Amino acid sequence: MSFAQLRLDGVTRSFAGHDALTDLNLTVRSGEFIALLGPSGCGKSTALNCLAGLLPLTRGSIWSDDTRLDTVQAERRGFGMVFQNYALFPHMSVRRNIAFGLQMRRLPRAEIRRRTEEAIRLVRLEEHANKLPGQLSGGQQQRVAIARAVVLEPALVLMDEPLSNLDAKLRLEMRTEIRRLHQSLGLTTVYVTHDQEEALSLADRLVVLREGRVQQIGTPEELHTRPANWHVADFMGYRNLLRLRADDRTGQDEVVVTGHGLRLVGTPVGPVRAGAEVIAGVRPEDLRITGPEEGVPAVVEVVEYQGREVAVEARTADGVQFNLRTQTRPTLGERIGIVVDPVRLLVFPADGTDADGDDRPAGEPAEEPTTGDSR
Amino acid sequence: MSATATPSRTGDPTGDDPPGGRAPVGVRVALRHRLAERGVDRQLLLLVPAALFVLVLFIYPFGYGVGLSFQPTEGGPFATYQEFFTDAYLRDTIWTTLSLSLPAALLNVAASVPIAYRMRGRFRGKRLLTTVLVVPITLGTVLTAQGLLNFLGPTGWFNRTLLAVGLTDDPIRLTNNYWGVFFSIVITGFPFAFLLVLSYLSGIDPTLERAAATLGANWWQRFRRITLPLLAPGLATTFCLTFVLAFSVFPSAVLVGDPAGTTRVISIAAYDAAYVQYDYPMAATIAVLMGLVELLVIAAVLGWRALLYTGSTAGGKG
Repeated sequence: MSFAQLRLDGVTRSFAGHDALTDLNLTVRSGEFIALLGPSGCGKSTALNCLAGLLPLTRGSIWSDDTRLDTVQAERRGFGMVFQNYALFPHMSVRRNIAFGLQMRRLPRAEIRRRTEEAIRLVRLEEHANKLPGQLSGGQQQRVAIARAVVLEPALVLMDEPLSNLDAKLRLEMRTEIRRLHQSLGLTTVYVTHDQEEALSLADRLVVLREGRVQQIGTPEELHTRPANWHVADFMGYRNLLRLRADDRTGQDEVVVTGHGLRLVGTPVGPVRAGAEVIAGVRPEDLRITGPEEGVPAVVEVVEYQGREVAVEARTADGVQFNLRTQTRPTLGERIGIVVDPVRLLVFPADGTDADGDDRPAGEPAEEPTTGDSR
Repeated sequence: MSATATPSRTGDPTGDDPPGGRAPVGVRVALRHRLAERGVDRQLLLLVPAALFVLVLFIYPFGYGVGLSFQPTEGGPFATYQEFFTDAYLRDTIWTTLSLSLPAALLNVAASVPIAYRMRGRFRGKRLLTTVLVVPITLGTVLTAQGLLNFLGPTGWFNRTLLAVGLTDDPIRLTNNYWGVFFSIVITGFPFAFLLVLSYLSGIDPTLERAAATLGANWWQRFRRITLPLLAPGLATTFCLTFVLAFSVFPSAVLVGDPAGTTRVISIAAYDAAYVQYDYPMAATIAVLMGLVELLVIAAVLGWRALLYTGSTAGGKG
């Protein structure tokens, strides 16, 4: 039941009249690793459950090549799914958990045994095969869940935040493990996460969702360097989001933005009109610290040691807060200058952001107290 | 911040709990500490009223009853037991009661499972439906019996309908016999069984069934392989409780049954012994035997339950 491409066509799902997922169009090619990325409540899990057949669609359709899939029941789709809480059958041993899907397909006993043992080896759980899930650690449970899903050699593997319950170290290990399995088994994977780092490192393509709508679909590089709008930028680690105004002298490749005593040169993304309100975003690592005579003058307020780098919070005289990363450690209260490369400062139109009212940076940009009252 | 923190920090040592490190009382404190670690501390005193209550209102009368059963008016200490098992009129009450209570408890548990299974999720009118299903608890046996007599009796609606439709020429006899009592036990026992099964079912992680579905299991396989094994220990417990309720049936056996014949249950025999023949040792004997039979059935069911998986019903880390 494998496919060359899986097509989601205007997939929409509403709960009690409210659209949790609106008009998702996506084509998954065989062998691809797709990450659905977004904050909680953005519709990414809804999308996954729709794909799995656990939620009926409100509108739209899903096609596996030329076969319509959204009317097919979950048990007949032949997709493997790894749940956030793993959903291991607590009364069955690891071996029986993994064999379950094969038994449901009524395969010959010898084949079931062979493929189960193979899957147990694949996730390196040989010594634990006879234990119950309750006797395993989180990472081991998670490997059982993956083995149980991939042992069926499914056309598509769906993973719903599979690493969110693990501690930081294990998460990194399992991340590599998942990528390794994806490549060595030639799986097609749709992976849901709210962790941009996880998505960037795992996926061939990312789908960023916000309030049920696709914000951007692209490769990790595209999303990292060219977020389509400031919501995506916010999510992709552009921690400095400043609500500013585009200056009259707006060029084709560069735009001057002003406000809160700042005057910066950036690169416009999307239609930025002169005089319009904009949101300028820059990553902490793309800001450079110089002496106070150059760049934006600011005072160092917080210094966080983070290993090779130091995270610095600095504030200008007008109360705008900047997050920076540097190699050298400034002292608290030190006067510094902040310089930003115009290519790295992305200027997004602020339009439509106020329509949603309570959205975070619209009223209170991520790290930027526009009113300066937090002093 | 620091102004409010200071008094509470200095307040601790002057509180009623003396600090453990003071040299003169060091040994005593250590002992108290060791006891506290085993759960022995002053809070145990809170258990005294409950313990007294159980002792006075349960253990003493129970012991008194057992003692009384070994003091028959004539014969050796086991004379009443001997009499019970030699007299078929008495002995058969065990079988009569079991033949009512075992199938009724089984039916209650079996009927609760599909209904509760259907009612796991959230849907409109769930509360109303639950209320309707649970209302018989509040009615009491007597009202149920009266309803049964009106409904299933020879001139009740049920038989009148059957006669009118022409399905039968004579009214079917469904009251004042085995079936009347059976229905009564089922009606009063079902709400208990249903509520228990529903709560056991709600405790089973719903993603387990969804996981089974993605692995290709149809609804029956999901129920049979996932839900039922996880529910079975709860069903055993539910069966025990409904069985005990049904086994001590008395009012309905008299009101809608045939208390002198087919539904002469064991509690009626005990009542007769105590208040008709004034043979208290015999009544006590019957009561003890009642308890023993119940214990045997429960032990058998719990023994079977012990063979089942009884651990967590969650699918992994929450």
